[in-house]
Amino acid sequence: MGLMEGLDNSVVTGRLDSALGWARKFSLFNLPFVTACCGMEYMSVQGAHYDMDRFGAAFPRFSPRQSDLLMVVGTISLKMAPVLVKVYQQMCEPKWVVSFGVCTISGGFYDNYCTLMGIDRVIPVDMYIPGCPPRPEMVLDGLQKLQEKIQRSPHPLTSGERHRDSPDSSHRA
Amino acid sequence: MKPVPQEPRRDHMFLNMGPSHPAMHGIIQIHLELDGETIVGSQVEIGYLHRGFEKTCENRTYTQVIPYTDRLNYVSPLINEVGFCLAVEKLFGLNVTRRCQYIRVLMSEISRITDHLTCIGASAMELGAVSAFLYLIKARETLYDLIEEVSGARVMPNYIRVGGLKSDLPEGFEERTRFAMGEVRSVLDETHRLLTRNRIFVDRLSGLGVISAEDAVSHGFTGPCLRSTGIGYDVRQAEPYLVYDRLDFDVPVGETGDNYDRYLVRMEEMKQSLRIIEQCLAQMPQGPYQVDLDGREMTPSEVIEGMKAKPPLQPIRQARIRLSPDLEGTEKRSVQDVVADDKTVVFPPKEDTYGNIEGLMQHFKLVMYGHGIRPPRGEVYQAVEGGNGELGFYLVSDGTDLPYRLRCRGPCFHLMSGLSTMIEGETVADVVPTFGSINMIGGELDR
Amino acid sequence: MSSSPTPELLDKLAERLGPHLLRRDAFRGEATVVVAPQAWLETCRFLKEDPELAFGLLVDLTVVDLQALGGSPRFELVAHLYSIRKRHRIRLKTPVPEDQAQVPSLTPLWKNANWLEREAWDMFGVRFLGHPELRRILLYPEFEGHPLRRDYPLRKRQPLVAERDVEEPRSMVSEPVRYPVDPRFKTFGV
Repeated sequence: MGLMEGLDNSVVTGRLDSALGWARKFSLFNLPFVTACCGMEYMSVQGAHYDMDRFGAAFPRFSPRQSDLLMVVGTISLKMAPVLVKVYQQMCEPKWVVSFGVCTISGGFYDNYCTLMGIDRVIPVDMYIPGCPPRPEMVLDGLQKLQEKIQRSPHPLTSGERHRDSPDSSHRA
Repeated sequence: MKPVPQEPRRDHMFLNMGPSHPAMHGIIQIHLELDGETIVGSQVEIGYLHRGFEKTCENRTYTQVIPYTDRLNYVSPLINEVGFCLAVEKLFGLNVTRRCQYIRVLMSEISRITDHLTCIGASAMELGAVSAFLYLIKARETLYDLIEEVSGARVMPNYIRVGGLKSDLPEGFEERTRFAMGEVRSVLDETHRLLTRNRIFVDRLSGLGVISAEDAVSHGFTGPCLRSTGIGYDVRQAEPYLVYDRLDFDVPVGETGDNYDRYLVRMEEMKQSLRIIEQCLAQMPQGPYQVDLDGREMTPSEVIEGMKAKPPLQPIRQARIRLSPDLEGTEKRSVQDVVADDKTVVFPPKEDTYGNIEGLMQHFKLVMYGHGIRPPRGEVYQAVEGGNGELGFYLVSDGTDLPYRLRCRGPCFHLMSGLSTMIEGETVADVVPTFGSINMIGGELDR
Repeated sequence: MSSSPTPELLDKLAERLGPHLLRRDAFRGEATVVVAPQAWLETCRFLKEDPELAFGLLVDLTVVDLQALGGSPRFELVAHLYSIRKRHRIRLKTPVPEDQAQVPSLTPLWKNANWLEREAWDMFGVRFLGHPELRRILLYPEFEGHPLRRDYPLRKRQPLVAERDVEEPRSMVSEPVRYPVDPRFKTFGV
């Protein structure tokens, strides 16, 4: 049970939830797990033209221990899949995963012996951004939708509901 | 993965860099054997982006292969497309129109500039020069705008076709290209001011990652990395394809084969590419704009004679069908100058597909399974100068509409085979600029 | 523009090879020479070290699987060589039978042969005698089989990490397709 169990969805916890959501969504430290061509559009989004810094997601933290948003950018081959899973497991909660580009959503048009047909086969994904590669505007749109999701997601501090990967979470994304 | 089996020394440390590493561009794993901070041995593991290009292309028709070739060297996609289409056209023995050749050269050089911009930007960022990265990416955006105008997509244009192009250049392309060239030039000047004589940059790059000319040739290096060692081999000048023999450009050659030379070679190559683009814009034939009723190009004297006739002959052929705007790029005026004169390879303009039976049959024969572009049996190897070196396509055809074997000779594969030689004896921190200066592109390396 | 060596140089090569030269081809300005597998290393050495031929750059080394064309022997090892000094190219081929798929390695001559031969082994299963460490390069060691062989199915995956079941996208067409469908349509998941 959460910290404010006695107060159950009162105004105080509501505001605390929103405050935590607001803080989390505007300070995303992304881990760009860049493998392939989508990396070019990722670079464009990071650049000055389609700035990701405006949304608070500017700083790439290349260590999973220090980041909370895993952006999987580019095709994941079967050889890379264990690495991706390991990196995901090394991240601390709360963490979110963005599947950037169709290769990570469903394998793209690489339906063959060596491609992982979508990273949601091995890790849970929060936001899917389609495109081959997606235009920077689509990426920013996806990022904003993710921010809305983060804003409204429950926080363990106030609601007692654990993040999805915790030992006693009952559902899996 | 174990290193090469030898009895490991007790005082050496084994460190693993990658594959998920900021400077490894995501897909390279280097096993380092360190004596303190110095690298005494290394082993490079690749294959983390193997996407089965060659096997997949055995199951796609020739036009369907083109998006796959786009994604080989994904920073300079048009060069890959040009290489592949030239290989197929070589099998046919097909010549494309002069205007098409100029446009292909123009787009290739734009792609080459985006390749070098990305390479220098990324490697500068890895050394801490984030401003240089932002400026170069800004310049790249202007070029992406150009590519988007021409083909519809920023990064993966899918523009070149066997026998020609998807469509001609849009109106006003020339002014916008000149404007973009101006932007790129000013950004390059700024980057020169920021980086070229910057004490930290020079210290981190010069004298490191050295490879001798003999080693480079033995490893199969081509492109800027080979030219930085002093060997001036450039496919555009050694075996000119398209219209490179009509264009005047220099090939920068370095001296010592270190990282700094590679940086300078790339900066200078971008200037030469700008020069090539200007010449293309100046020399590009405008294409026949006056055709008679049979579609033949009219000479000026014929036009004058036609004008004298009573009633005066209509010099400009009117399209008989009014097409919807969705088919933009496929009308006669958009394709007639840039596609080859071979009915078995190129699509007819939409007016003909919907207008007369020959056009419909031509379209049918190219689209239906089992028909399509069917080169004669045989094999060819076509080399073009990619951003990293000689990009080759070895194509074996069995006469059907699917390639029997399509092999891509990616220059990065050979560059990476020489990485171990280049980083031996240096410190761990020197791996970052060395690796960045090779411009490893995963799509080309692992295919 | 032809990039083939001059006919005199090709004749010089043919003379040197003698009975090992199986075939000579010229197509679209390119020269192809097919040699017997026993002469593979020696031919490459001659091409590299002869001052008039001077093929110093090993451009590419790959294998073609001729099984679908009914070719025998099954594999054909193809090497492309280029001479920077003389600006000519040559394609060198040798037939490799399936049951004894081994050829001498070119690593003593060119350093990039190391990786190229590892890729040929990985994708086709052709062994190279004398290679310092012949192991997989593009795929992982747990992978079984050689994927670029014609009889390896395109979609046969060998995952390393346990994947959860994802429902394959179902077609949204409610009526069955009536016209005869080319089996190659399956490549699009239709």
